Amino acid sequence: MRLGKNQIILSIARKEFLHIIHDPRSLIILFLMPLLQLTMFGYALKMEIQQVKLGIVDYSRSIQSQELIQYFSGSDFFQPVLYEKELTRIDQLFKNRQAQVVLIIPVDFSEQLQRSWYTPVQVIVDAADANAATSIRQYMIQVFNNYNQDHSRAVSLPFEIESTILYNPDKKSTYFFVPGLIALLLVMISALLTSIAITREKETGTMEQILVSPVRPLQIIIGKVIPYIFLAFGIGLVILLTGVFLFKVPFEGSIFLLLLLSTLYIITALSLGLMISAISRTQQVAMMMALIVTLLPTLMLSGFIFPIASMPRLLQYFTYLVPARYYLHIVRGIILKGSTLNNLLLPTMFLFLMSGFLLIIALRKFSLTLEK
Amino acid sequence: MMNNHAVETVQLSRKFGNFTAVDTVSIQVRKGEIFGFLGANGAGKTTMIRMLCGLLKPTNGNGTVAGFDIRNQSEEIKRNIGYMSQKFSLYNDLTISENIEFYGGIYGLNRSRIEEKKNKILKDLNLLSRKDAICRDLPPGFKQGLALSTAMLHDPAIVFLDEPTSGVDPASRRFFWDLIQQAAGKGITVFVTTHFMDEAEYCNRISIMSAGKIIALDTPEELKRKYHQNSIQEVFVELVKNNH
Repeated sequence: MRLGKNQIILSIARKEFLHIIHDPRSLIILFLMPLLQLTMFGYALKMEIQQVKLGIVDYSRSIQSQELIQYFSGSDFFQPVLYEKELTRIDQLFKNRQAQVVLIIPVDFSEQLQRSWYTPVQVIVDAADANAATSIRQYMIQVFNNYNQDHSRAVSLPFEIESTILYNPDKKSTYFFVPGLIALLLVMISALLTSIAITREKETGTMEQILVSPVRPLQIIIGKVIPYIFLAFGIGLVILLTGVFLFKVPFEGSIFLLLLLSTLYIITALSLGLMISAISRTQQVAMMMALIVTLLPTLMLSGFIFPIASMPRLLQYFTYLVPARYYLHIVRGIILKGSTLNNLLLPTMFLFLMSGFLLIIALRKFSLTLEK
Repeated sequence: MMNNHAVETVQLSRKFGNFTAVDTVSIQVRKGEIFGFLGANGAGKTTMIRMLCGLLKPTNGNGTVAGFDIRNQSEEIKRNIGYMSQKFSLYNDLTISENIEFYGGIYGLNRSRIEEKKNKILKDLNLLSRKDAICRDLPPGFKQGLALSTAMLHDPAIVFLDEPTSGVDPASRRFFWDLIQQAAGKGITVFVTTHFMDEAEYCNRISIMSAGKIIALDTPEELKRKYHQNSIQEVFVELVKNNH
């Protein structure tokens, strides 16, 4: 009898696997999509800013102001453009994208330098892209600091800050994106594919045919979900291997720990998929819902791209509901820092509770809709 | 086993909100007969079949299928019945063999039994050479035959067929009724709903349902004689007219 139950689950899993095999085009897309995204994020998208257009209006036209400008020309970060004549409409520079930042050196620059300890210059930053504006401002300050130090103008500092950047010293964005992509694609594939696989059977009427057989709802669920767990694992591994071998992302931690905790994350995502399939009748609805529930929150609210700490308080509370938030903590820790389970107890616990909670609700909701 | 009937219901009802889809229906289906369940669309046929198959719980009344109570023995009922809906319920993207293997698997048949059944079905339906054909590519008539055969893979005592011939050409319908009669010949009880009145003539007994109630139940011959009509089609029109 036990054997019979396993056989039923295996039959369903085998059938589900055949669906995947019989549709090789979708399968290819599933594996190509992450590679494409990885290449895009890895090669095309650079988070680090270079060659910022700096408009300089020098009213002073002194040796001192020339010297200050030299500091900007010497940096890779800036691409200075000198404006000789008086500028009445600085905003036009920004609007025409001729400059992202404008430096205005006042007429009395050199006199002030000699006479006073306080010499103001004006810096105007285009903050249409807030992140870029922050970096630009920091670089500007750094350049001024260099100038001040070289001219011993700064009051000698009581201490000096020497920062060391760990885990990603070159600040490469691939280091950042590989873990994020794993988190994103695992949740998308697991939730999307399972919810579609189940609603498809509702649509075609085959679900009814299975329900008049002695198969139990739990057996249907387990059988249907097994192939997608393997598929999600496969895709996760493809991203990881590409990241490690093609983009030279260091893998510091234990692969077993990563696989173990990934299972937890996949279960969470599958439960989401099950819940979605319980409330949607058609594949289209299921697809839309799965995308809304997984794609946006994972991109926006997990810390994948935008740091959680810099979000508004209300949104920060909301991130506790996004499973990728915990998983990202785990993947980044294991891949980049070599974190062990001891380091990751808190996110693991959260993920564990979340997966358990969602799975129980999903199973109940799913069985209920089937037995209606 | 308490009774000798394949299906027996007593005052069976099902309500959806204020709407009564099945209204105190009592029927008895004898073992081995082909029992036709006629009615216009929306008369309550599908609701009735879904209750008998354990897909839907009755609001009131009782019933047994293959001697098991439809209220609390749905597990046992499911082992002993086959079911086929008008959607044919095959997986269009899988091959014929894969479909048969899957349905054999979920009924718990072992591998050699599935293999044996598969060969028999393929031979009976003349599909041996196309066993690896994708189901989508089969003509509707073959699909329908295949769906019926897979619904009976596990040798059920009763098969429920819900409008199995809708959307199929007359020649295929004819072929399909041959299959039904073969099944009945092997002692399988066939419970079939249809809105094709000519098909009713193939049944041993028929019941006519209208607005959730059974308004007539007898052999086709008896019904025609009783209502002085030449065909079941005319009997049906006469009955429904008087009932409104």
